[in-house]
Amino acid sequence: MEGNLNLTLKIWRQKNASVAGKFETYQVSGISTDMSFLEMIDVLNNRLIEEGDDPVAFDHDCREGICGMCSMYINGRPHGPNRGVTTCQLHMRSFQDGETITVEPWRASAFPVIKDLVVNRSAFDRIIAAGGFVSINTGNAQDANSLPIPKEDADDAFAAAACIGCGACVAACKNASAMLFTSAKISQLALLPQGKVEASKRAEAMVAQMDEEGFGACSNTGACEAECPKGISLENIARMNREYFSATFSSK
Amino acid sequence: MSWLTKSLNSSLGKKLLMAITGLFLISFLLVHCSLNALIFLNDGGVAFNEGAEFMAHNPVIRTMEIVLFAGLLLHIVDGLRLWFENKSKRPVAYAKVDGAANSKWYSRSMGLLGTLLLLFLILHLKHFWYFSRLTDGLEDHTLFAEMQAVFMNPVVVVVYVLGCISLGYHLLHGFQSAFQSIGWNHPKYSPTIKTIGAIFSIVIPAAFAAMPIAFYFHLIH
Repeated sequence: MEGNLNLTLKIWRQKNASVAGKFETYQVSGISTDMSFLEMIDVLNNRLIEEGDDPVAFDHDCREGICGMCSMYINGRPHGPNRGVTTCQLHMRSFQDGETITVEPWRASAFPVIKDLVVNRSAFDRIIAAGGFVSINTGNAQDANSLPIPKEDADDAFAAAACIGCGACVAACKNASAMLFTSAKISQLALLPQGKVEASKRAEAMVAQMDEEGFGACSNTGACEAECPKGISLENIARMNREYFSATFSSK
Repeated sequence: MSWLTKSLNSSLGKKLLMAITGLFLISFLLVHCSLNALIFLNDGGVAFNEGAEFMAHNPVIRTMEIVLFAGLLLHIVDGLRLWFENKSKRPVAYAKVDGAANSKWYSRSMGLLGTLLLLFLILHLKHFWYFSRLTDGLEDHTLFAEMQAVFMNPVVVVVYVLGCISLGYHLLHGFQSAFQSIGWNHPKYSPTIKTIGAIFSIVIPAAFAAMPIAFYFHLIH
């Protein structure tokens, strides 16, 4: 069809975590520019299945940009060339006919490859489990206007809570650091009165778990913020630093 | 005190240490540059030599010299530690990385820039610190005369200018990054910190670079 794309795909294939992977090259043709990147992979996979080959394994769930599953490192960037989107919201109109596209999994020792483009991100779950919750009794739901939360704080907390845990920050960071993720999860609670009670314990536990999982330190390059599909701000990392160091001196 | 060492050994703590030592080294650069800039008075090095004499004999300054070396060593050791640790966090490298799309090259190259600075610093310390503190060369001629002599070598001048360029880029990222690591990111202050950092990173290395150049081209007598 007129205007459709013919592309060369260099995709990382890896059977499981214990064997080395390598790139395989595939040709796809007649790709509509209205397809999402995942639909393009679906087209390739349909063909691979028809030919009796193993389809490319990749994570996906909602396909509407909110679940954070579609972890693909496309042409040297998490979620491809566009800012503020996940792979499912990346459309083929962002590519040129005849282009070669390199697709890799997130690469970090804390995110081992399960298969092909699927990585194990349960390290994030363990960081949350270490302290990303409120366990004090906050009572019944109050009348909205009686909550002692300034609008600005509520907005900042909500902006931090927009993190979908996709791992693009880790993938983008030259140190495979999880600070943007961890700081967002610390901030969304530290900004609110219900979360303040356990703030210092939370900051210490979550940072300790983050280090334990084998994520790197922060070089403040800002790559994570630039590649975050939800626009999580570096201000959260500064807040985490404040929370952590004040906890160092004040926690019991 | 195990709570303190635990905190300082965390990924955040190591960055805090980089930031504090980095800011301390920045304060040293300001003093060093201001004093050296006395050569631009073009008074045959009279004011500069007086300044150098004061620095060499003032007990507070001599004590701070030890603190300075300790701070520098901490910055280097902590930096190398972070560099090696961070490198190990991605055992399989990406085949294709488009770093320019999301960050500045010098922010991703602090380890490299720091290593270049360290190599320059070894040469620089040999030229002037070793000369003035560990030899009796000063009995022979002044520090100003030594600068004149050292900067007659064009290779040395080029190495010094390259050292200053490395310093400029190292500071351009490091200055504002230090405040972020400390946790000082605030809409009221951060734009000012970034502006001051950018000015500092250009003015100080440029002033330093002008010194060997000025001597080499006999602009200072």
